[in-house]
Amino acid sequence: MSSASTARRLGLKALRRLSASQPFQRAGAKRRLERFLYVASKESVGVASRLATGRPPARQRQAATQELFDLTPTEEQQLLQGAVREVAERVVRPAAKEADEGLAVPEAVRAQIAELGLVSLGLPAELGGAVAERSSVTAVLAYEALAWGDLGIAAAELGSAAFCTALSLWGDGDQQAAYLPPFATEQPPVGAVALAENRPLDNPFWPRTRARRWGEGWLLEGEKGLVIRGAEAAVALISARTERGPALFIVELGSRGVGVEPQPAMGLRPAATARLRLDRVAVPAEALLAGGDPKVFAEAVARSRLAWVALAVGCCQAVLDYVIPYVKERKAFGEPIANRQAVAFMVANIAIELEGMRLLCLRGASRADQGMEFVREAALARAFAARRASAIGSDGVQLLGGHGYVKEHPVERWYRDLRAIGAVEGGLLV
Amino acid sequence: MINLEVPKKLRALAQQAHDVAAEYFRPISRRYDREEHKRPTELDPLAAVMEGMAASGATFGAGAGAARKERTREGNRNGANMATLLGLIELAWGDVGLLLSLPRQGLGNAAIAAVANEEQRTRFAGRWAAMAITEPEAGSDSAAIKTTARLEGDHWVLNGEKIYVTAGERADLVVVWATLDPSKGRAAIKPFVVEKGTPGLTVERLEEKLGIRASDTAALRLDNCRIPKENLLGSPEIEVEKGFGGVKETFDNTRPLVAGMAVGLARACLEETRRVLGEEGVSDDPQLPPALQTGAAARLLELEADYEAARLLALQAAWMADNGKPNSLQASMAKAKAGRSCVEIALACVELCGALGYSEELLLEKWARDAKILDIFEGTQQIQLLIVARQLLGKGSKELR
Repeated sequence: MSSASTARRLGLKALRRLSASQPFQRAGAKRRLERFLYVASKESVGVASRLATGRPPARQRQAATQELFDLTPTEEQQLLQGAVREVAERVVRPAAKEADEGLAVPEAVRAQIAELGLVSLGLPAELGGAVAERSSVTAVLAYEALAWGDLGIAAAELGSAAFCTALSLWGDGDQQAAYLPPFATEQPPVGAVALAENRPLDNPFWPRTRARRWGEGWLLEGEKGLVIRGAEAAVALISARTERGPALFIVELGSRGVGVEPQPAMGLRPAATARLRLDRVAVPAEALLAGGDPKVFAEAVARSRLAWVALAVGCCQAVLDYVIPYVKERKAFGEPIANRQAVAFMVANIAIELEGMRLLCLRGASRADQGMEFVREAALARAFAARRASAIGSDGVQLLGGHGYVKEHPVERWYRDLRAIGAVEGGLLV
Repeated sequence: MINLEVPKKLRALAQQAHDVAAEYFRPISRRYDREEHKRPTELDPLAAVMEGMAASGATFGAGAGAARKERTREGNRNGANMATLLGLIELAWGDVGLLLSLPRQGLGNAAIAAVANEEQRTRFAGRWAAMAITEPEAGSDSAAIKTTARLEGDHWVLNGEKIYVTAGERADLVVVWATLDPSKGRAAIKPFVVEKGTPGLTVERLEEKLGIRASDTAALRLDNCRIPKENLLGSPEIEVEKGFGGVKETFDNTRPLVAGMAVGLARACLEETRRVLGEEGVSDDPQLPPALQTGAAARLLELEADYEAARLLALQAAWMADNGKPNSLQASMAKAKAGRSCVEIALACVELCGALGYSEELLLEKWARDAKILDIFEGTQQIQLLIVARQLLGKGSKELR
């Protein structure tokens, strides 16, 4: 099957799901959605021929700069968010416990999430992408909605999207042609972005993994930690330090010298995190992404930070939505515990810090979309979420007391998952 | 389309306010902190400047007369609420005490703007109005107000005691909240405009305060104070089901603005601390994980993240007001977050700058004293949390007290 028709089908799948949601019934919405999704547009014609090597890279359009402050998502974003939320509620949340225990996302869940076509959000149309305009805000909104279902499952299912997004943004035509088409097929491979390393005081800008010149190419040596679905991944973007500073390399994980072993963690268990050993792994010169441009590297780190904050926002919203009915029903001393300020104020504070976190994340993403500097904004969002998301995870358990500590309720899982924010770098991108 | 940047057209206005803060406020900040109760006459010419800016949509000062819910219109708006917020952030960056002393920009003006009829609005235009709610026995619990208003012919006769009246000495008018019938609770509490100089109204004393010392905080006594019948703002009917309408409407509009003051003060602290630390060779790098930076740099980043969250929450509340969206929840969230963050930031900045930060050589210690009021007036931290919690949990004041 040509990637062109697959692209159309992926788009149509998403469109079908979207069209089932209520607001879509309005006149004119269908046409706008079709334009948004690139379905049946002339730009998706002749896709396969444009994927040949030697072509310039395909890129998504950048959004125009906005004049006014605005917190209303576009109609298309609302539709997508609604569709993702529906899957998160109906499919993801009920599967979360099993995925946590089984260290894997069940196939049926995986398939339903795949139908949303989130991987193709970051792909240009020529490469099977679904959205004409590059939008980190759209990604943030969708990621948040998915993580509301389960943070670990969201991380597991968005790792490949990160690899695709990186190559769409920064890959050259050859790199795109070599690696992206399989991701638009029925049986897409698993891709990963590996930045984190297994050491305290890990600095993403000074990885211990080294890349040395080796003939025309490079020799990679080092170790990466908490790689999402590392054991299944066919290809990964790996950070390594060259003599000129940190850079990203495309590494096929079947290469000689690559060793993978499971590295289960406190949380993110559905993401089957793994340790990746690189023992004198030889890669060609073409494996280097964006010529080792330090700006691209910084942007990759920043986009990854925003993605994790988006997941944190979704999970913290899940905590809030779970504790509200609980504290209203749970009685102590003859009345609902929600009637006590000590309890009610904890709930209020979860909501306040969560709203702040959401706005910080959206600001970083909207600046990225408009081509503005956003490294500082992403770092602030991460610094905020690193503290607040963990605290919200803790409050979620605290509000349920002993019941929160046992696996009968999901709050203990959220407690574990939310600690990932601030502890890991890489893995996901918006 | 989601965008959290401040629009260009409002940035120019904010810049004007910033210039006022830098040129008029900062040079006299320390002086009026030391000379409490002395009227900062340097601000008198500013009234005209402020009114000039107001013509472009914003008003500044605690009152923020223009800050009100906009009627819903098609499309996205960045209007008077956002303009006022941005201006206030800049003025508070200069000096919160002096900002509260800007003539004709009192909190009473906000009450007039929110609930007065056309005739009253015209009659009281251009006057400086203070707000008198708090009493010795009624603080956050404003339903416990004991000041009474009794109708005698064409006049209301007011009796009672009011405290913590910002600009209570300097203002031309005082909006006094009094009850028509103490047995009828909130619904009987109404705002009355009392002209300064009306017999029976006396300024009992001026408070000596922790901070915002440039702003006069008065205790007032009303002793058979007779005012014209038409000085009651709103309706004289006691509508039990409408409850505390006037107070609530006023505060829904002013809470994001006080949050803005907190944001401005917090930014002043962060900028000054970054400068002082920079002279010692300490700078923060947002890209680097905090654990890899100096303790001071990591702390600064953490504080800045809180500042930024507070700023965005305040912008959200103002944006909602501009677009006719009910924002009571978001206004309280912004006030709660900004109020507590500005205190934490100001105190942390003093600590980061050590003995220098604690001394009167810098303004940091003054800002740390000024900051505390922003987590108290216009609804304390605890009142904001109550408002947020009641809305989230769907509880009334009877269940969640």
